Amino acid sequence: MKQLLIIVSMFFVGMAVAQSKYESAMAKGLEQMKAANTAEDMSAASAFFERIGDAEKDKWLPYYYAAQSNIYAGWMNPKADKDKVGEKSKDLIAKAEAIEHNSELYCLKQMASILEMMVDPMTRYQTYGAEAKNALEEAQKADPNNPRIYLLDGQTLMNTPEAFGGGKAVAKKLFEKSLELFKTFKPASPLHPNWGKDQAEKLLAACQ
Amino acid sequence: MRKFLILLLIMLTAGWVNAQVKINGTVKDNHGHIIAGASIQVKGSYDGGVSDSTSHFSFKTFEKGEQILIVTNIGYKSIEQKITIGTEPIEIAFSLKEEISELKAVVVTAGSFEAGDKKRAATVLSSLDVVTTGGANADITAVIKTLPGAQQVGDKEGLFVRGGDGSETKQYIDGTLVNNPYFTSVPDLAQRGRFSPFLFKGTVFSTGGYSALYGQALSSALILESIDIPDRSEANASISPIFLGGGLQEVAKDKKSSWGITYNYTDLRAYFSLVKQNPDYFQIPFFHAADANFRIKTKKGGMIKYYTTFAANQLGLRRPNIDNPNLKNAFALQNTNWYNNISWRENLGNGWKMNLGGGYSTDHNIISQQIQNQSNLPVVTGFNWIDTTNFNLTTRGDLAQIKAVFDKRLSGISVIRFGGEYQYSYNKSDYNNYTALLPDHFKALFSEADLYITNDLAAKIGARFEQSSLLNKANLAPRLSMAYKTGKGAQMSIAYGEFYQKPENTYLYATTQFGYQRATHYIINYIKNTTLQTFRVEAYYKKYNELVKTFPAYNNNGNGYAQGVELFWRDKKTFQGLDYWISYSYLDTKRN
Repeated sequence: MKQLLIIVSMFFVGMAVAQSKYESAMAKGLEQMKAANTAEDMSAASAFFERIGDAEKDKWLPYYYAAQSNIYAGWMNPKADKDKVGEKSKDLIAKAEAIEHNSELYCLKQMASILEMMVDPMTRYQTYGAEAKNALEEAQKADPNNPRIYLLDGQTLMNTPEAFGGGKAVAKKLFEKSLELFKTFKPASPLHPNWGKDQAEKLLAACQ
Repeated sequence: MRKFLILLLIMLTAGWVNAQVKINGTVKDNHGHIIAGASIQVKGSYDGGVSDSTSHFSFKTFEKGEQILIVTNIGYKSIEQKITIGTEPIEIAFSLKEEISELKAVVVTAGSFEAGDKKRAATVLSSLDVVTTGGANADITAVIKTLPGAQQVGDKEGLFVRGGDGSETKQYIDGTLVNNPYFTSVPDLAQRGRFSPFLFKGTVFSTGGYSALYGQALSSALILESIDIPDRSEANASISPIFLGGGLQEVAKDKKSSWGITYNYTDLRAYFSLVKQNPDYFQIPFFHAADANFRIKTKKGGMIKYYTTFAANQLGLRRPNIDNPNLKNAFALQNTNWYNNISWRENLGNGWKMNLGGGYSTDHNIISQQIQNQSNLPVVTGFNWIDTTNFNLTTRGDLAQIKAVFDKRLSGISVIRFGGEYQYSYNKSDYNNYTALLPDHFKALFSEADLYITNDLAAKIGARFEQSSLLNKANLAPRLSMAYKTGKGAQMSIAYGEFYQKPENTYLYATTQFGYQRATHYIINYIKNTTLQTFRVEAYYKKYNELVKTFPAYNNNGNGYAQGVELFWRDKKTFQGLDYWISYSYLDTKRN
């Protein structure tokens, strides 16, 4: 009986160690992402998350952050080949989606499409713009209470001419809705996506 | 005790540090070029690094013993390498092989311009450009005319390419030939195309050296690919003093099918009363046009598309007679045209793809010309050369066709393609009660291989066999082209091909004792592309043989040549907010 107890408790300890290895690596990655000031640092964070994802196989969060930091790196380096960054990000999102489809991943898809659209917005608006819009619609279907959907939607519309249904007035309402949802939003775990509130506040202020 | 603890701690940390082994090295491609951003990872662990802009990487790992290093980079084949981690640092150099992919592989661009949203080397215009180019009035042909190789011909519809006549350019929609792509010719007035640019998602304008899938065009082929299921349902209605129209496009909720209809009526009476026209119109042009379509996505991801359009129009105008300024030519035209196109593309699995196309069109014209005097009354002048220009002409042109193309993917992205087509055309002409009939059973077989040797080298080899019952003759046309990537976004390609075309019906009505006309194309082309800039230069030589001659008798003894250089420069970068393109064509041609 005693032996069994020891074995069982050792098993749990082992699991806890494994768990914490993943958790501490993720926490380290998130720190790295937060501290990244250059595109290179951001890419390094992305590669780190990707390695965690490749090692874990059943977790979508590493790939989620890998894609997110990759997209950020694409924006941070004005000389980056945005098509290549977009392609790589979509690749990472696809790996995450092989594990699970969810609202957060659809939001990332929108970000990747917008990145690619901005290479040549005038001619790419029809294809990549539609792709981005579809992604947000899917995100809304999966979870209408995800505040990041409205943040991203607002951000895009803020930079869209009024003649095409954009403008600050439209965007303002979306930021307000996003912030309203942030009030009650609780991430499923400390590692789950929990970003965007500051950004929504800043953008709302810019709309005033 | 405290000392002991500190010692233990130091020893432990030292142990940790010692336990980490440094792994460093370089990542390059198989030509020795630096690869930055490649990921190196100890399989199954979180340890790894990324290669920098000098190809170097370096990281530390706690892993021990037999391990596997994985090196990955998008667009390259991943490498897995066994290593044994002991206590010594490891130095390792990787060489990645490029993956042959459709996105990266070089494509043959000699003699070919694309409009559409695919990111390909030959793409010079986007779908949006086709509808927004100034002065083109959203007419596909008018936009294509802004590209080098197409001549600026203002008094006749059609694409006149590299010295060839408009009739030497053929149009294809979803693989099948379009018999009457323009509204019927009116002397000295270019007519519009029948098809709206919004119907198409991709256009390939070939100025020569085109694929073996197409034939019967000495100069050029305009290959149009229609859109699949539209994004959303739409209804529209428009009304203006000259235009009345409405349309409906319905997309099923599951986006698996759609249908649509439109009708519009154009009458230029109001416009002509405000803006005086130079030719004197006794019948102001009016047009009825209706079209319908349906599109169904099949279970396996294939697509069935049907499109039909019906048009009826009339006009009549008077022009001064060139032989006698006191007389006028009164020209009247009535045209009805019905066009049908059905296509089915399906993935058959195992690397096989199928494209079936079918079409039926019928075109009817009633055309007359009458010599009139200054009071617009018919006159008989007694001069033979003037009186014989009076005519009444009715024509009918029917075309029924089927075409099948099968694709089989070979290793990598190389593809072999083959198929056949059958066209039955029936042309009838009644000229001043003199009737002529031209029925033709036309068959063609073709085969073509796209070979990708590496990402940097591709070849297209094809041949086409044709037989026409009307001429009772057959021909075999080889086609060959190659492309080589010379650097980032830069490539060179060459093309050669034989092209045959039946003589125009005008001559065949007189006699069918003709052979095919023939053109041989040689093209060399260089393209440098960045996302916002395109530069291309192309040189060509065309040799014509067996052209139709009407003197001293109808024969096939004509010959000729065309040679030239063309430049194209498009730039969206240099001037903020300005997008411009410059086309330059130099042409030297002679036909006899």
